[in-house]
Formats: sequence, C-alpha cells, structure tokens
Amino acid sequence: MQFMLMFTEPLSEFSRRTDPAEAADYWGGWNAFIQAMTAAGVIVKGDALQPPHTATTVRVRDGVRRVEDGPFADAKEQLGGYFVIEVPDLDAALDWAAQAPSATSACVEVRPVLPMSAPPA
Amino acid sequence: MTAPAAGEAARIAEQAARASYGKLVAILALRDRDIAAAEDALSEALLAALTVWPRRGVPDNPDAWLVTAARNRMKNAARAGRVQRAAAPEIERRLGFADPGAALPDDRLRLMFVCAHPAIDPAARTPLILQTVLGLDAGRIARAFLTEPAAMSQRLVRAKLRIRDAGLRFALPEPEEMPARLDAVLDAIYAVFGQGWDGWDHPAAPDALTGEAIFLARLIAALMPGEPEPQGLLALMLYCTARRAARRDGDGGFVPLDRQDARLWDRSMIIEAEGLLGAAARAGRFGRFQCEAAIQSVHVQRPLTGRLNLAALRTLYDLLVRHTDSIGARIGRAVVMADAGEVDAAAAELGALGDKRVARHQPWWVARSHVAALAGRPAEAAAALETAIGLTDDPALRAHLMARLAALRDGTRGGRG
Repeated sequence: MQFMLMFTEPLSEFSRRTDPAEAADYWGGWNAFIQAMTAAGVIVKGDALQPPHTATTVRVRDGVRRVEDGPFADAKEQLGGYFVIEVPDLDAALDWAAQAPSATSACVEVRPVLPMSAPPA
Repeated sequence: MTAPAAGEAARIAEQAARASYGKLVAILALRDRDIAAAEDALSEALLAALTVWPRRGVPDNPDAWLVTAARNRMKNAARAGRVQRAAAPEIERRLGFADPGAALPDDRLRLMFVCAHPAIDPAARTPLILQTVLGLDAGRIARAFLTEPAAMSQRLVRAKLRIRDAGLRFALPEPEEMPARLDAVLDAIYAVFGQGWDGWDHPAAPDALTGEAIFLARLIAALMPGEPEPQGLLALMLYCTARRAARRDGDGGFVPLDRQDARLWDRSMIIEAEGLLGAAARAGRFGRFQCEAAIQSVHVQRPLTGRLNLAALRTLYDLLVRHTDSIGARIGRAVVMADAGEVDAAAAELGALGDKRVARHQPWWVARSHVAALAGRPAEAAAALETAIGLTDDPALRAHLMARLAALRDGTRGGRG
C-alpha cells in the first residue's frame, strides 16, 4: 500500500537549511532518515521543496487566471517536502513518519495514495 | 441436512445471527477491511438463509454457510464496482494466519484491537467494538453512552470508512502497543456485560451477552497475563454474576443487594474473583476495573462480617472517580456518602451532575430519591422515584421501585436498590 508522508516545518526550520551554524545538523538529520528508508527499500518517490517564499498559487475563476505569490495557506508551518512510500499498512507508515526530523519540530501528515482502479470492462 | 419447517429454519437462522453475528462480521471484515460491507453482506446472507433453508434444509454448519454466502455477495458487490478498494491478496496472505504464534485465539479479539487503533477517533473506539464485534445496535449503544443516536451513528460510519480507507493494520498489535489499546477493548466488554445485565430476564438467552463478555475477558486475561486490568474486569463480572440467583425472589421479584440471601451466591465464582483481584494487585498498577471489583469485594464481605464497610467503599469510590470520572462512578460515590451520613454533600454531588446527560438516566433518579429520603425530604424523594420508574424497562425492577414509592408515600422507608 502506498502512503504519502507530507512533512510540514516551521519557518525556523527552513532557515536552518542555509544557516552555516545549523545546516550540517539539519541536513544530517534528513539524510539519516532518507538513508534508513532507502535501506529498507520503501521509497517510491520523494523530494524536498524550496522554502514557502518561492511558492506561487494559481486559481482560475470565471475563466480568469489569478496568480498570487506565496503558499495557499498562510500558516506558521509549511510543506517542506514529501515522500511516497510503499509499506504494508498505516502502522508501518506511521513508524516511518515518526522518525522524520520534522515530526519533532512540526508534524507529518500521512495519507494513503488513492489506488487507480482499472476502468470497468 | 434436515428439512425443517419454515418457522424452525427461521429460528435457527435467528439463533445463528444472535450467537455468531460478531464472529461472522469479524471473519468477513478481516479479509477485506470493510466493516460496513461485511455487515451488509451478512444481513443479505441471513435474509437468503430465511428463504433457502426452509426449502433445502439447514446446513450442517450454518456459520460456514453464512460466511460463504456473505463472501459471494461481497465479491459480486466488488465486481459491480460498488465497493471500491484495492483488492489485496497481500493483506489476505498477511492475515491468513501466516504467523499462528501471534494469532489471537479468536477473530473477534483481533478485530476489537483494530477498532481500538490509535488512528481512530477515541470516542468511536468502544462504540465501534460494541457494534461491529458484539452486535449491539446503534440506538442501544447511544443510550449506553448517553449520546444522541444520530450522532452515534455518524461517528460509527466515519470510523468504519477510516478503517476501510486509511490502511490500518489489521493484525494483533505489537505487545508494547497492546496496553494502549486495552482500555477501549475492556470498556466495550464491560458495556456488553452491562447490557446483558440490564436485560437479565430475557428468557430465550439469559446469559448470551454476559456470558460472551466473561468469555472475551477470559481470553484477554490469558493473552496478557502481565496486565492487571483484564483480571480486574473479569473479577468484577464474576462478582456480579455470582449473585445472579439471589437477584430474584421466588416470584421473580427484584431483590436489592442489601437484602439478598448470601447463601444463593455462587461461592466458586466469588473465590475465583478474589483470586483474580489478588493476582492483579501483584502487578502494582491499580486501575478502574480493579477498583470496581474491589467495591464488589467489599459488598460480598457483608454477610461474613455482618456489616457493610462504608469507609472502605468511600475510599474505593474516591479512587474510582479519580480513575474514571464517569457518571456511574459519581452516582455510586454519592450514594455511599449519603449512607455514611454525608447527606448534604451527597445531594450536592448529585446536583453537580444535574444536566442534560442525567435527565433520562434512571440510576441518577434512583440515587436522588434515596438521598432525598435520607435527608428527610419524602416528597422530593417520591417525585424523583416516579421519574425513575418512568425510565425503568425491567418489569421486576419497576415493581420493586413501585413498592418503594408506596412505602415512601406511607411515610416509611423502603429498602435500597
């Protein structure tokens, strides 16, 4: 079963990425987590995302495209990355999610990927 | 196979439904994770049994027939695209008792622990177990939890959707996770026992629910010997069951605890309960069910010592309220306070509960009447008792309360329930 782990992080964590005093720690934590998942062979795909100030949001209303700068929700915690993993069940997905560095600084949302059923014969 | 009359076949189908409903839902849901679909399929299979069995005879193994019929219906439903889920032979393989060492001795127990999964709304866990595994209907569950039936139904539907779609592990939790899930499971077992207890006089199945509850508690106590609360729950239910014969007089009338003939109590059950309570205490972790069992233990001491140890009861009820701030615990404590002479404090305690939740809660009105009578307010006591009588389903208990009401009106005090 495939689950998406969505890692939200507070802005303070995003700034650690490039802070010379913090970056090694920050990336070290994520690298250890990713290596553990890689070793277990559970990763289907995944990426880290650029910080929320790079986000652009688009809406189409009455045929008119409206583009705004910034993420869709003005929240203290923002999406920092995601992984789709292949594990037997939610319990296993939660075990991985709990090991993510962002589980202690913000939270990890876990959702099953909607399986695409074959079109009716 | 036998070829019974239609009425006989219907009776057997009904019996299978009553005795095996939870077990069959558990078996069906464990394969597909879809509790609602399992329940639908089982209802259809039971309906089919009502038409097929009178014609072709009752199968030698009615449960197996029902499971097969229900599975065929689930397959058809899936084929028709009405049930959309990832068909998962992998799940089946994992659930297929691949690891017999870890398998629970009963499918129902396994489903109970799934219903108590941390990813399910805590308020839905116990009701879900009651409906899915133990076959109680949503209306009865709502009443047991003092909530609105519509809200309860909605909560149950949501929980079942989550189990179907969120990908919960359908297996015995790891040993270290078991204790966290235990509370909801034990609560459900005790709620079923309470339902059976209230419907004690059902002549067709005098101990269907209470016997089921004791059976499941025994399984869990054996499965988790290091956990004291299952032993406490089992002890509690055995203490109550031991007094079964003494609860009714020769005419079927209700006999309150303080008037029961202790010679009618089942000594072997009480001895087993005392042993369980002692064994539980050795774990050094006191809990709600051990506390309630200890309260029962104080009550069974009464015939031996000739008096009810109210001080011990008061201490235990204080502990119980600390462990579970339930309405039942608060009412019980108020009654003990009143009996120990703290009548005003008892009245205040009951008054503090006086909100929507207790307006239709029979034990609250009985307790209120009892406390008012002790406080020397017979008119208030009679009015509360009248309300209680209106909320009482059990005819024997109603007759008993009517007699107390008559005694109150005559200005003499009735016995306590």
